[in-house]
Amino acid sequence: MALIQQIIFIAALGTVAWLVVRRIRIISAIIRLGRAEDRNDQPAKRWAVMFRVALGQKKMFDRPLIGFLHFAVYAGFILINIEVLEITLDGLLGKHRLFAPFLGSFYPFLLGFFEFLAISVLLACTIFLIRRSILKVERLQPSRHREMSGWPQLDGKLILVFEIVLMIAILTMNAADSVLQDLGSEHYTRTGDFFFSQFLKPVFEGWNENSLIIYERFAWWLHILGIFVFAVYLTYSKHLHIVLAFPNTYFSRLIPKGKMHNMPEITNEVKMMLGLETSQTGEVAAVPERFGAKDVQDLSWKNLMDAYSCTECGRCTAACPANMTGKKLSPRKIMMDTRDRLEDVGKNMLANGGEFADDGKSLMGDYILNEEILACTSCNACVQECPVLINPLDIILQLRRYKIMDEAQAPGSWNMMFQNLDTNQAPWKFSPGDRFNWANELRQEQP
Amino acid sequence: MAELAAKNESPEVLFWVGCAGSFDDRYKKVTVAFVKILNKAGIKFAVLGTEESCTGDPARRAGNEFTFQMLAMSNIQVLNMYGVKKIVTACPHCFNTLKNEYPELGGHYEVVHHSEFLQGLINEDRVRVEGGETFKGRRITFHDSCYLGRANDVYEAPRKVLEALDADLVEMKRCRTKGLCCGAGGGQMFKEPEAGKKDVNIERVEEALGTGADTIAVACPFCMVMMTDGVKNKEKEDSVKVYDLAELIARAEGL
Repeated sequence: MALIQQIIFIAALGTVAWLVVRRIRIISAIIRLGRAEDRNDQPAKRWAVMFRVALGQKKMFDRPLIGFLHFAVYAGFILINIEVLEITLDGLLGKHRLFAPFLGSFYPFLLGFFEFLAISVLLACTIFLIRRSILKVERLQPSRHREMSGWPQLDGKLILVFEIVLMIAILTMNAADSVLQDLGSEHYTRTGDFFFSQFLKPVFEGWNENSLIIYERFAWWLHILGIFVFAVYLTYSKHLHIVLAFPNTYFSRLIPKGKMHNMPEITNEVKMMLGLETSQTGEVAAVPERFGAKDVQDLSWKNLMDAYSCTECGRCTAACPANMTGKKLSPRKIMMDTRDRLEDVGKNMLANGGEFADDGKSLMGDYILNEEILACTSCNACVQECPVLINPLDIILQLRRYKIMDEAQAPGSWNMMFQNLDTNQAPWKFSPGDRFNWANELRQEQP
Repeated sequence: MAELAAKNESPEVLFWVGCAGSFDDRYKKVTVAFVKILNKAGIKFAVLGTEESCTGDPARRAGNEFTFQMLAMSNIQVLNMYGVKKIVTACPHCFNTLKNEYPELGGHYEVVHHSEFLQGLINEDRVRVEGGETFKGRRITFHDSCYLGRANDVYEAPRKVLEALDADLVEMKRCRTKGLCCGAGGGQMFKEPEAGKKDVNIERVEEALGTGADTIAVACPFCMVMMTDGVKNKEKEDSVKVYDLAELIARAEGL
C-alpha cells in the first residue's frame, strides 16, 4: 500500500514538473518575441526596487487593510512551502512527518506557526471572496468592466476557492493526525497537538482508527495534489504574478515616468532633413519595418513580461480618468489583450513547429481598438497604481505611433494640430511672428 | 536672448515661455506675471521670443514622432547656439520634454519648473510675498498636473509656494501621486474627447469645488484651460477663480 502511494506520488510529481517546465519554456519564448530593450543597468537600484516592491509589497500597503490581508496570503504561501517540502519528501520516501524526529519540541511549534499562517490565508481568502462576490468591489465587476466577464472573473474566484480548500485540507489533516496519535496508531509519529488544529479534534471524535487513517490520507493527498494542480494552473492564470512580480519589478523603468522612448531611426532621418550630421557615417540608415507597434512582436520584451505579470486587480483602471468618465479605455484591458494576443501567438507557434504563421490578426485592431488608445491622457495614473510596476501607458503610446505614423490615421483635429506644428511651430494657428507679442503689455508699462 | 548674445552677455536663466504662454490670451497673463516677479527679484533672464518653437510634446504624445523630432531638433539648435545652461518654464509639458527627452537628441540643460524656481526665490528671500493682496484666510486648493507630479515627482514645490501666501491650503482627496488628470494631456487638448458619460475636467472640478475653496491654483496651461472651462460649466465663475501660482505670487507682491 505504502509503495503504491510512493509510486503514484513520484508519477504525479514528475508529471507536474514536466508540465510546469514546459509551460515556463513556452512563456519565456513568447516573451522573447518582443523587441530588445536594455534593462540591465543600475543593478543595485534594481535589486532595491525588487526588494521593496515585490518582496516587501510596498505598493500593496497603499491600502493598509487590503495590503495586510494580501501580505498574509503571500507570507502564508511562501512559508507553508517549508511544510510542503516535508510533505513532498514524505511522499517520495514513504515516510510520515520526516522532520519531526530531527526538530524535537521545535516541531509542534513550527507546525503551530504554519497553522497560524493557514488560518490567516483561510481568513484572507474568504474576505477576498466576499469582496468579489458579495460586496462587489467595483473594479472587479464584469458588469462594469467588460474585460472581466467570463474566464477572468471565474479565474479570480477559482484561485481563492483553491486556496481555501488547501488550507482546510491541511488543518483537518493535522487534526485527524492528532486524534490518531492519541489512539496510539502505529505510523503516526508522536508530536503532540498542534496549536490550531487541536480545536478541530472534536470533529473526529468517535471515528474509528481506520476511518481516521482514510481521512488523514485523503486530506494529505488532497493538499499535495491540490498544490500540484495549482502549480500547473497558475502558469495559465493571472496568478502567475506570484512569480513574475519579482523579475517584473527588477526590470522596471528607473527613469522619470514622463519620458517617452526615443526613436533613433527617426532621429537619423530628421537629422538628414535638417542637414545635420547623422550618427551613421556613410551608411544608409536602415528603414524600419514599421513605425510604432502594430502587434506584440513590435513591443519590447518588457511590455510582454508586463502582460504576463498582470493579476487583473484593476487598480490601474480604477484610477484611469478616461475609464472613470465612461470612455472605452481600460489600462487593465490593454494588458489583458496583450496577454491574450501573446497566448494566441504562442498557440500558433506551437501548431506551426515553433514559427509564427501569419493569422491575419494583430494586437492593434483585433484586440485593442483605436477608440481605446485615443482616449488616453497619458497621465500615468495607471503606471503609478500598479503594485508590480506594469506600464500600460508605454504600450498605448507605441500603438499610437503605429496608428499615426504607419497608418496615417489621426483624428482630423490632430491632423490640424500636426499641420500647425509643421508650418507655424505651434499647435494652434498663430503666426510665429506674433510669438513675442505677449511682451507688448510690459513694454507699454515701462517708460 | 539674441540681444544679450549680441552684447556678449549670458543670462542667469532662460525663460521658456511655451506656446500657451505666448499665444493663449489667458495664459499670457501668467507669462506677464512671472516676468514681473523675475524683474522685481532682479533676475537676469532672457527669452527666445520669436526664435522659440513648440517643444513638440503634443505631437509626440499623439504618436507623431517625426513632427516632434523636427521641432525638438530645431529648438536644440537654437538653444545650443546661444549656449543655454539653465531653463525655467511655467508649462509642465515643456518642462518634461526639455528635461527628459531633449538630452537624447543632444540638448542638455538644467531644467526647472516655475514652481521650483519660485520656491527657490522665496527661500532665498529674493521674492518677498508682501505688499499686495492678502490671501490670509482664503481657501486655496492646488490641482496637481500629471507632467509635474507623477511624471517628474514634483509635488512639494507648488505647495511650498502657496504656503508663502499664508492662505488656507485645502487638499482634494485625489492629490499628489493620486492626483486626477484635468483631461488635457496626451494630445487630448487638441481633439474632442472620446465618447463617454462625462468629461474628465468636470469630474475634477466637482472635486475641487467640493473642498469649498474659492481659488483653484494650477501650474500648467492645459490644466488652466480645463479647470476654467469646468468652473464655467458648473456656473461658479463668479465665486471660484482659477489662477496660476505665478499670478497668485505676483498679486500678493502687488505687481
